[in-house]
Amino acid sequence: MIRVYVEGIGLQGDGLDGWEASAAILAGREDYCAAPVNIPPITLLPANERRRMVKTVKLALAVGMQAFAQSGRDPKETATVFTSSGGDGETIHDILESLAAPQIDVSPTRFHNSVHNAPSGYWSIATGSSAPTSSLSMHDNSFAAGLLDAAAQAVVEKQPVGLIAYDLPYPEPLNAVRKIGSAFGVGLVIAPAPSDRAMASVTLAIEARNDAPTSMIAPPLEAIRRGNPAARSLPLLEAIARGIDSRIVLDYLADRSVTMAIAPCLATASP
Amino acid sequence: MQPLYLTHYTIATSLGAGLDATFLQLSSGRTGLMPQTYPGELATWTGRIGALDTSPLHESLAAFECRNNRLAALTLAQDGFMDAVADLRERHGPERIGVFLGTSTSGIENSESAYRRRTAVGDPLPADFRYAETHNIYSLGRLMQRLLDVSGPSVVASAACATTAKTFGNAARMIEAGFCDAAIVGGADTLCATTIYGFQSLGLVSPTACRPFDKTRDGISIGEGAGFAIVEKAPPASLPSGAVMLRGFGESSDAYHMSTPHPEGRGAQLAMERALASAGLQPKDIDYINVHGTATQVGDAAEDRALVELFGKDTPCSSTKGYTGHTLASAGIVETIIAALAIRHNFMPGTANTQELDPALQSRYLLRGERGPVRRVLSNSFGFGGSNCSLVLERPS
Repeated sequence: MIRVYVEGIGLQGDGLDGWEASAAILAGREDYCAAPVNIPPITLLPANERRRMVKTVKLALAVGMQAFAQSGRDPKETATVFTSSGGDGETIHDILESLAAPQIDVSPTRFHNSVHNAPSGYWSIATGSSAPTSSLSMHDNSFAAGLLDAAAQAVVEKQPVGLIAYDLPYPEPLNAVRKIGSAFGVGLVIAPAPSDRAMASVTLAIEARNDAPTSMIAPPLEAIRRGNPAARSLPLLEAIARGIDSRIVLDYLADRSVTMAIAPCLATASP
Repeated sequence: MQPLYLTHYTIATSLGAGLDATFLQLSSGRTGLMPQTYPGELATWTGRIGALDTSPLHESLAAFECRNNRLAALTLAQDGFMDAVADLRERHGPERIGVFLGTSTSGIENSESAYRRRTAVGDPLPADFRYAETHNIYSLGRLMQRLLDVSGPSVVASAACATTAKTFGNAARMIEAGFCDAAIVGGADTLCATTIYGFQSLGLVSPTACRPFDKTRDGISIGEGAGFAIVEKAPPASLPSGAVMLRGFGESSDAYHMSTPHPEGRGAQLAMERALASAGLQPKDIDYINVHGTATQVGDAAEDRALVELFGKDTPCSSTKGYTGHTLASAGIVETIIAALAIRHNFMPGTANTQELDPALQSRYLLRGERGPVRRVLSNSFGFGGSNCSLVLERPS
């Protein structure tokens, strides 16, 4: 069992545009309204790098930047963990189409964008960070696995860590064999110790799988949670937005769950 | 870092199946690379494992059927590894054993074939296509948990050619945080058109067998390979004879370019410095360096600068990619196990294929293998996205 402190949150999803607006919806202060996923432009990269960025990279960088901005931590000095079920589906589809064509012609930019750690590479270029970084996958449970890795790293290294989870729907024919709902990205900056900027503490454990994963009460939010591996983070975000003690269960392994005890930090908790 | 013990390990590349075959080839100086021509007159050399063509998975695992998972299953069956895992389960309990693996392309070779089997663009994939069990990066983790019969924490990393070196970090963190007591690390990467044509599009594939640090080096030879190691916080009462310690671990990012390393090897140097710092060691404490050395013009030059800056010009080093080819995501585990063999046999491998060292490179690069005391080895793995990782292994006292 380990405890970490959430210091910043970035979020883009269907009808969820940034943390501030989303927190009001998740806390029940505002009604949820479906709206296309907004991926804010990234201005930190030079124009030629920006042009090459695929949607997964744009989404991952956007939510990561939001989380760091809120936390006040310097991304240049902070280790990162990126987690996604499967990277950039459009790029992989384009390469697979090219390889099946009579004349094989793979684009070099597509190839370098096809690696699972492309967002991490662009992040390092955009922020000038030489800090350690991981790029992980655990299929549907990629958020739980990424959260464990990031939290373990924060506690062991006694340093803050940025966690960025993202997944976008795939084009056909991959969509038919791997359905991902609307795009969803979440960034969290977590730290091993409490501070003025801590929003909530999260105590993580791996336990026998006794309970179903925590779901969202509002049907449209539950549909988002189920539809996208990165959106499995929504119950955690909801608990932080509501500012009440909560226990959250995430699916993890066949017979084991990740459990989280979430408690608001008094400095920023709203009554 | 808290040292970890690598109590058992196994390796498969084009050099052969298992530790003995691998060491025999490394000490005899014979490459595992062979010429191979791909459609579109793409002639290169590859490090191919022929046995994979004729080694389907057991029928109970049919959903996982693809070249990469075949390699993982074949590799596990070598060097008494499954017996060692059985012993590990006895000592720690299956739920205390983690599985932290890596791959870059997973079963994408199977997806390439599925796309080709469609009769028209726009058709669905064939009905037998299994996404989660073959294409998805985690398919390897899912399969391995089943084969190893363990239920501890698990994830699959994918950070291009630094991937499987980094799995030691994933395991070390989770062990130190108390989520498990031991772990299986490593991974598998297999030949596929995606990487052959992808690296070709970047002008990085050699038409011949790759020649690391050679004056006339002209690119990589792609190989396939897998390796797995058991890492433990506390070793068993009697340490197995080949056991080595993971003393140091360092990661960095280049912050420079997606597919070209920083020309001065800035990220490479930082990863090596961090590995030494985490071990509490100085550069002089390292006896041999297994370099990343893929045989690209820019990559070898950048790594050489970082090596000379940090170690000077006297520490013996070599790249073993002339033997195995560049096994991409598997390079980290393959070369960590080669580093363990170097310690075990007091033997520093030379280089296959390299004829004339590039006079512009200044490290003490070994063309031929050398015997001599090898207590500590540093192993480098660098990849796309400017992702770097260095490990320090040590003979247990």
